[in-house]
Amino acid sequence: MTWVSAGRLDDIEQEGAIRFDHGGRTYAIYRGPDDSVYCTAGLCTHEAIHLADGLVLDFEVECPKHSGAFDYRTGEALRLPACENLKTYPAEVVDGEVRVALG
Amino acid sequence: MNGMVIIGAGESGTRAAFALREAGYCGAVTLVGAEPHLPYERPPLSKIVDDTVQMKLICAKEALEAAGITYLKGCSVSKLDPVAATVSLSHGQLLGYEKLLLTTGARPRRLACAGAERALDFRTHADAEAIFSKVAPGRRVAIIGAGLIGMELASVLRAKDVAVDVIEAAPKPLGRAVPARFADKLHARHATEGVRFHFDRSVAEIGNDSVVLSDGTILSADLVVSAIGVQPEMTLAEASGLATGNGILTDACLRTSAPNIFAAGDCAAVAQAGGGHIRFESWRNARMQAETAARNMVGAAETFAAIPWFWSDQYDLGLQVAGQPLPGHQSVRRSAAEGELEFYLDDGQLVAAAGLGIGNGLAKHIKLAEMLIAACISPEPAALADPGVNLKTLLKSARAA
Repeated sequence: MTWVSAGRLDDIEQEGAIRFDHGGRTYAIYRGPDDSVYCTAGLCTHEAIHLADGLVLDFEVECPKHSGAFDYRTGEALRLPACENLKTYPAEVVDGEVRVALG
Repeated sequence: MNGMVIIGAGESGTRAAFALREAGYCGAVTLVGAEPHLPYERPPLSKIVDDTVQMKLICAKEALEAAGITYLKGCSVSKLDPVAATVSLSHGQLLGYEKLLLTTGARPRRLACAGAERALDFRTHADAEAIFSKVAPGRRVAIIGAGLIGMELASVLRAKDVAVDVIEAAPKPLGRAVPARFADKLHARHATEGVRFHFDRSVAEIGNDSVVLSDGTILSADLVVSAIGVQPEMTLAEASGLATGNGILTDACLRTSAPNIFAAGDCAAVAQAGGGHIRFESWRNARMQAETAARNMVGAAETFAAIPWFWSDQYDLGLQVAGQPLPGHQSVRRSAAEGELEFYLDDGQLVAAAGLGIGNGLAKHIKLAEMLIAACISPEPAALADPGVNLKTLLKSARAA
């Protein structure tokens, strides 16, 4: 498993998300309402739209185009038209730095 | 075997078929579609990938089968008899129904000028293939109509280095659904991208390789696309005696004038609490009305009250509108990192919001605005205008109140 730095926690709004591109792939990194961090594949499984542009409320992210929703802690698709779960990746904060395991 | 029959296999009809199952209906569900494909999404039709028009299915064949939905493709309805509760299919079958849902959608308005038959429509997958198979860098396309479809097509064609003329009878583009401020910005962007506009003019004649405008201007055109709007498809409803106006008239529960027939999506004109009927043409409206109609078909009595919401992508710009901004509303602007937002207040209450910015960057703000609209709040205009005031905080305050 390869841990990669994805920037500072302070750069992510609480209950917000940022897009993180690495190794030719795109991911979404979330900061929950309790400052916990999570990482999922960056594109909605319904249509390839960047989820980091979507609204994060509590532990849900909503796709900005078709309103599909996911639990970003587990990747579970919560609302149609999204029906395929998101892949998730381990994420942690070390000394204010967000690290994700993309291996 | 009688059961639920849905006429029209677009976004609304297909979604309704599945929503019937989700609502617990166990009887027969038949979905009748005139096109020869599995149900597909329309928004991707303009998003050409590797010079190919996409066919993004709403659902796989296996999903229809797993849900026990009988899908009759390439099949139209020649007669609806509300008294006998039957529909006559073009396949020759007479199908009885317990409840019927009309999701017949809308069809493009047709030009009335000489040579109108030379203009292509842009509505179906076949239309998109006809258009994109004929365009190439350096060719000239004349688009008649500067509404959302015409402007979106113009942006796609300019990205392919196709010369584009847009002809519009009104004095400016996007006059119907887009707030003036954002219509002006999109117009300016199109002009910068090289689209040539011809306002205040109609089309007198379409020739083999030209378009003659009402003022005598002749535009050379390898291809002409008509994008002058759509009209609700209600031929069947009218012939069967259902009440119609600008669409198939329904009550607030999406029930037509016949007790066991419902309507949803582009074809449905839904009764409003303040009087009159409103019809919407948007992807989400099609889906949400389908879900409400399906639940009501199996016994619920939900009124449809979703806030209208649509988006439009042109070049790298994304427009989103929630609610119905009207000229009489108080408008409040807010700048954002990704673009610009405008909120609309009616007697102090937030009733609509719109945003134009790069990509989908403003989507989250519009979604929050939509939730604030649903909460019926009357925020301080200064708070709406201040980018430092988080809309999420306003929402949480409203919910806590």
